[in-house]
Amino acid sequence: MTLPKDILRDLYKTMIIIRFFEESLVEPILKREIHTPCHLCSGQEAVAVGLCKALSKDDYIFGNHRSHGHFLAKGGSLKALAAEIYCREAGCSRGRGGSMHLIDPTVGMLGSAPIVAGTISLAVGAALASSIRKDGRISASFFGDGATGEGVLYESMNFAALKKLPIIFACENNLYATHMPIRECRVNRSICKIAESFGIENYEVDGNDVLQVYDMAKKAVGVCREGNGPVFIEFLTYRYRGHVGPDDNIHGFHTDIRPREELAHWLEKDPIQRLERFIRESHIMDEQELQSLKREAGEEVRDAKSYAESSARPRTEEITNYVFA
Amino acid sequence: MSLHRKLSYSLAINEALHQVMSMDSSVFLIGQGVKSPWYVGNTAKGLIEEFGESRVIDTPVSENGITGAAVGAAIAGMKPVVVHPRMDFMLYAMDPIINEAANWFYMNGGRANVPVVFWGIINRRGEQAAQHSQALHALFAHIPGLKVVMPATAHDAKGLMVAAIKDPNPVVFIDERLLYSFEEPVPQEIYHVEIGKGCIRRQGTDVTIVAVSLMVHEAIKAAQELFNDGIDAEVIDLRTIKPLDRELIIDSINKTGRLVVVDVGWRSFGISGEIVALIAEASFETLKAPIVRVALPDCPAPASIILENRYYPSARDIAQAVRSLL
Repeated sequence: MTLPKDILRDLYKTMIIIRFFEESLVEPILKREIHTPCHLCSGQEAVAVGLCKALSKDDYIFGNHRSHGHFLAKGGSLKALAAEIYCREAGCSRGRGGSMHLIDPTVGMLGSAPIVAGTISLAVGAALASSIRKDGRISASFFGDGATGEGVLYESMNFAALKKLPIIFACENNLYATHMPIRECRVNRSICKIAESFGIENYEVDGNDVLQVYDMAKKAVGVCREGNGPVFIEFLTYRYRGHVGPDDNIHGFHTDIRPREELAHWLEKDPIQRLERFIRESHIMDEQELQSLKREAGEEVRDAKSYAESSARPRTEEITNYVFA
Repeated sequence: MSLHRKLSYSLAINEALHQVMSMDSSVFLIGQGVKSPWYVGNTAKGLIEEFGESRVIDTPVSENGITGAAVGAAIAGMKPVVVHPRMDFMLYAMDPIINEAANWFYMNGGRANVPVVFWGIINRRGEQAAQHSQALHALFAHIPGLKVVMPATAHDAKGLMVAAIKDPNPVVFIDERLLYSFEEPVPQEIYHVEIGKGCIRRQGTDVTIVAVSLMVHEAIKAAQELFNDGIDAEVIDLRTIKPLDRELIIDSINKTGRLVVVDVGWRSFGISGEIVALIAEASFETLKAPIVRVALPDCPAPASIILENRYYPSARDIAQAVRSLL
């Protein structure tokens, strides 16, 4: 069954905004206008966008070091994100957090942090809060394949399963934990099966197909809302850029870890092009509509960046503000 | 109902939990052993019966995950108390306590606060050795964004637990199992003891003894013994380690000119050093004598009672330290 046009339009628009925004950071990073470590998510947009589209505004998410996409997909302000990346007072974290600490509680984006797996237990706690209050909210935890090396993931899965907490463990498997290919980190390539031993429903999904991601996420949300959580989903995906910064970690570049053929293979599965192709082939939008969405997205990104660049830096006399509430 | 009824330290904590949990449905208790007096004494008595297992949550042995869940619940608007019946096991939870909870409000520009209580119990003595006896308060006090309280009396145990739960920030509440049977009059109504305020347990003019937790009682004993010898010692109970009640300490030193600091933790890089530094910076010229510290030697806790007796300072060591200044 084909999704309604407005949903497809939203999925497409949010994905291209994320892509345009991430790629717009490349030049300022290289020119050292941006210093905060940016872990770009180009190539992985479909996971954030498809999953967040299945959540309601009141539901909670927690991100990680690579969370520009999660923040935007959950409804965070593009201007506030851009300003945070320029470490300005108008940023979502008032320039105290930078790229790795993105938050907007008003849309359920409860935070992100670069300690690998560090926010998984926090997301479980937000789900615990919902279950104590019986408020029907669910919680999603975004983490990467690298986080499967951290013990707290297993503690969190066990506790969530014991208490049947409404949480989606969303593992974005992009095949690399910083520089380490997954085969050097894990004996068993299948990640979602780790949830099996905790009695957690688990699935492997093509994370580069936003329609499959959305479909799977809706099912998982349903399971959690009915009190039958948690659900563990492994999304297979790939990042086009380096672990941090624009350097693409492809053979021939100085970090030199990923084969060119591998990148080429994944570029063919580009999540945005796939959705665009689907939209064209099913005549949901015509070329003109697609182009105008792209134009809009481009303008929004440019506006946000110029807003960020021209906005004020934090005041030095306020350095110790926000240590305590 | 007597206003002067006596209550033990542990039941004072229990009363604080009962009262706060009745008043505020966002408060819950979570941690290993909350169902078991073997873990938490009688501090959790009657809580499951009154509030049910959804708000009194006994957990698997997963300090990191469970403490993180408490932090996440706090970010999502709850007020959890997470108990670590032996604070040594809290070391598994340093990431959620330090990286996440302590930094959260600041690194998110004040967009979300973390009202959580990390409750750790020190279990000194009993030949329990190095991994069951540690006092780790100085470690937490070093971290920006954490408050650290250490009540010495039943009255303060109740009042500081109430204050810690109501505080919008992460608070590390550290008690000591040997204090659990100490009794004193405790008001029945709910009240709080202000975080960041110490108190003078005994007025004196010759020397100031600054102490914390269990050592406050040893310091009072020492002061009584010294008084018989004509030495009039003032005893300060810090009650809160961080933020430190600087004024109280400075004012007392300005009066007495002599300082002995008594800690339940190790000597080096701990709170005794911090208090010495405070006086060196703020009140150096008023000192009439060098400062003396009474603390644990820089050595892990031994098991053998013979070694334990040597390891843990007592009133006698404090009195001796004071005499060395006069």
